[in-house]
Amino acid sequence: MKIAVLAVQGAFIEHEKMLAQLGIESFEIRQKKDLEQDFDGLILPGGESTVMGKLLRELELLEPLKEKIQRGLPVLGTCAGLILLAENLSNDDRIYFGTLPVTVKRNAYGRQLGSFFTKAEVKGVGEIPMAFIRAPYIESVGEGAEVIARVDGNIVGVRYGNQIGISFHPEVTDSLALHKYFTAML
Amino acid sequence: MENERYELNKELAQMLKGGVIMDVTTPEQARIAEEAGACAVMALERIPADIRAAGGVSRMSDPKMIKGIQEAVSIPVMAKCRIGHFAEAQILEAIEIDYIDESEVLSPADDVYHIDKTKFKVPFVCGAKDLGEALRRINEGASMIRTKGEPGTGDVVQAVRHMRMMNQEIARLTSMREDELYDAAKQLQVPYDLVKYVHENGKLPVVNFAAGGVATPADAALMMQLGAEGVFVGSGIFKSGDPKKRAAAIVKAVTNYNDAKLLAELSEDLGEAMVGINEQEIKLLMAERGK
Repeated sequence: MKIAVLAVQGAFIEHEKMLAQLGIESFEIRQKKDLEQDFDGLILPGGESTVMGKLLRELELLEPLKEKIQRGLPVLGTCAGLILLAENLSNDDRIYFGTLPVTVKRNAYGRQLGSFFTKAEVKGVGEIPMAFIRAPYIESVGEGAEVIARVDGNIVGVRYGNQIGISFHPEVTDSLALHKYFTAML
Repeated sequence: MENERYELNKELAQMLKGGVIMDVTTPEQARIAEEAGACAVMALERIPADIRAAGGVSRMSDPKMIKGIQEAVSIPVMAKCRIGHFAEAQILEAIEIDYIDESEVLSPADDVYHIDKTKFKVPFVCGAKDLGEALRRINEGASMIRTKGEPGTGDVVQAVRHMRMMNQEIARLTSMREDELYDAAKQLQVPYDLVKYVHENGKLPVVNFAAGGVATPADAALMMQLGAEGVFVGSGIFKSGDPKKRAAAIVKAVTNYNDAKLLAELSEDLGEAMVGINEQEIKLLMAERGK
């Protein structure tokens, strides 16, 4: 089993370390030629979605990865990764993969002073620690998308077939539970 | 709770990794920076090269100007306060800045004490030229470090020197016996716990960016290959012939810093780079401020 981690910007190393702790091989995608090898899953990490989206486009990664996701490649998007997957952003015209039928609000908790840490239940995973850093949340979900986590009434996690999108960062906590859940899908 | 806040602040810096933070002076420049792929912007009234040229006392920017930039972009906005000027920092916190740079680029307000950054909720980034400075700033509550380099010069030599110095000192700590760490803490003038962290992990406990003198995609790639986790570009962009193109090229150079072929393409036809000042021609060494 091998997982690709999008590594154009952001906290990708944190995901790689979590996978390593689970004994799962991973590699970084930084440009088109990195797509030549086979992989069984994809992680879109936290970072700045505007930067990642722009680089995905200009490095010609967007379309080939989108195709793979549409064909069923398991994908986990955290924070900025969720924004990349979203079909709609309520406060931004930009759309990137647009494969996950949700409407996401960027920077939904405001600036860094609004960032927070909490513990909450994720369906199928259990209670896990969650870091929300200038995080988005999901305003509404489309047909077929299942809500898997809520915090204070706001949707912070969804699953839609092979795609998981969450607005928090499990990769900066010490809980491997969500990565285990994701890799069990593979 | 306090510790939780510090963790969240360190984690915001983690999200900025592999990115470029650009100095901007107007909402217009901020938008150009965001479109070019900046992962954050540093809002300031004058870029370091102009501060250097103008001379005089350099202070925190007008909050109104900073707010204009906060409204213009969706990425994190940082701003600078003077070393030791905790009142300026309080003002920046009040306007909900995402990161404060307690910066040697501005005139220091205190020649002995840095700001006690543990008293703030908002995160701080600080400059350092060696491991001792870096760990002292972290002990005071900084949640991100950058090399000082020499701001506003377009000359990367000092950023290189500071990054190499930190790497060498980190390597030295990791190779020490545990019973030697107490004396290392004494030599570095930093708490033992931080020395022990570096000894065990081979890195700083916070994210470390390069800053000060980066002017080209090649400069950015050089700093990344030397171990920087991201890059600040100050005067290098908006003092150049084609800011938009240069900014976008530096962003891509930071992502693919190991691919010389791509770097060659990125370095093509960028127009004029900022003229720059050589180390020997500088009258004011900003890096000597705040140790």
